[in-house]
Amino acid sequence: MNKYKFPLVLCFFFGTIPIVAHFVNVEWVTAPSKALNDTWMPIIYVFAILLGIVNVVQNSWTKIKRREQGWFYAVVLLAGLFSMGFFGFTGAIWDTFGGTNLRPDGSATPFHWMATHMFIPLQSTMFALLSFYVASAAYRAFRARNLSATLLLIAGVFVMLGRVPFGDMIFSWLPGAENTFSGITEWLMDCPNAAAQRAIMIGAALGAASMALKVLLGIERSYMGKEQED
Amino acid sequence: MDDLVGVWVAALLTLGLFSFLYKDNPYFRFTEALFAGISLGYYIGNELGNTLRPNLLEPLRQDFSGNLHLLIPTAMGILLYARYKKSLAWLGKYSLAAYVGYYAGYNMILKLHGEVLPQIQSTILPLNQFSAKFFHTDLIILIGVLAVLVYFFFSKEVKEGELSSQVFAKVSVLGTWFLMVSFGAAFGYTVMARISLLIGRFNFLLNDWILGTFARF
Repeated sequence: MNKYKFPLVLCFFFGTIPIVAHFVNVEWVTAPSKALNDTWMPIIYVFAILLGIVNVVQNSWTKIKRREQGWFYAVVLLAGLFSMGFFGFTGAIWDTFGGTNLRPDGSATPFHWMATHMFIPLQSTMFALLSFYVASAAYRAFRARNLSATLLLIAGVFVMLGRVPFGDMIFSWLPGAENTFSGITEWLMDCPNAAAQRAIMIGAALGAASMALKVLLGIERSYMGKEQED
Repeated sequence: MDDLVGVWVAALLTLGLFSFLYKDNPYFRFTEALFAGISLGYYIGNELGNTLRPNLLEPLRQDFSGNLHLLIPTAMGILLYARYKKSLAWLGKYSLAAYVGYYAGYNMILKLHGEVLPQIQSTILPLNQFSAKFFHTDLIILIGVLAVLVYFFFSKEVKEGELSSQVFAKVSVLGTWFLMVSFGAAFGYTVMARISLLIGRFNFLLNDWILGTFARF
């Protein structure tokens, strides 16, 4: 067995642990699976996340060194990463500057301050910005060209009107029709939408399970890199 | 004062991102790059504080000899960095294989036991309860799930004169109608969620930033 085959054996071995633990409910079988799930894998996950960050630093540094187009923005990215990362790293490991959350007296630590006044506003603005593009996409998608597109249009309009007070205000003058839009929206979400989502979920889960089996059996090995795909 | 500085920083960054609505400009690109950097920094603090510290650092600080087994995943994590030295890159594949293998096995059980079976169980209900709910909800869900599954799994070429393929084609068309209603609902829902966030940002700019600043002076 060479050094390229052994990872496949390792993959199969680690993959069978949670499967066996699911069927054999005895302490000496479930305990290793629980330890893997609760501590081992999260630890490896953190190292993998940091690997991604190292990669970003490397790429940005190369861009700055070569003075490529937009290198100044790579400097800004690194400045943001290192300042936030510094307070995050020192605060999380040694509780420097009071840690990463609020101090006992209610004042903000540097990490918490940056998260509250920089990260969270930027994140919600980025998502809010998408509303303009979603609206323009809606203009193109919501055209009653055929029956399918008409169904898309009707469902979209009902859900949008049913989620705001204005929708119910339209028929509020009709006795007994006060909740028309919210009622129809609720039915659309709970019935035809639930049916389609349920079928999508079943299909996707069966696909994911069969892909997992291919990974465990070593049929799918693209995650190992190009040279081992053959 | 600290609060006011924070509000101004948040407001200027918010305007920086919104400036893209006019056109791509240096102010937007500056804010975008800063957002990317700060997000990564945030994940460093978050993952180290919420995952590495309680699972590795604290147990080792409290009882090093009793938690020696934690050095194995640590070594596996460090091995991932072997990819930076070409001659040692193969070592990183061991950790990767273990990680991918574990979650492949874990997900296989999770998907089948936690998603496929419960969803089927909720769909196939006894037919002896002919209440109003059965006709306007349960029956439609049953028909919808079957039609969409036929569309996904049993799509086949429609042949003239072959009854079964024509039935399948009709059922899968019904499946696409259910999918269209679902996509329309999901789209409407997404639009409303985004609009709600947009209102939140405008609310912040108007109340916290502009009116809040005037209120201070």
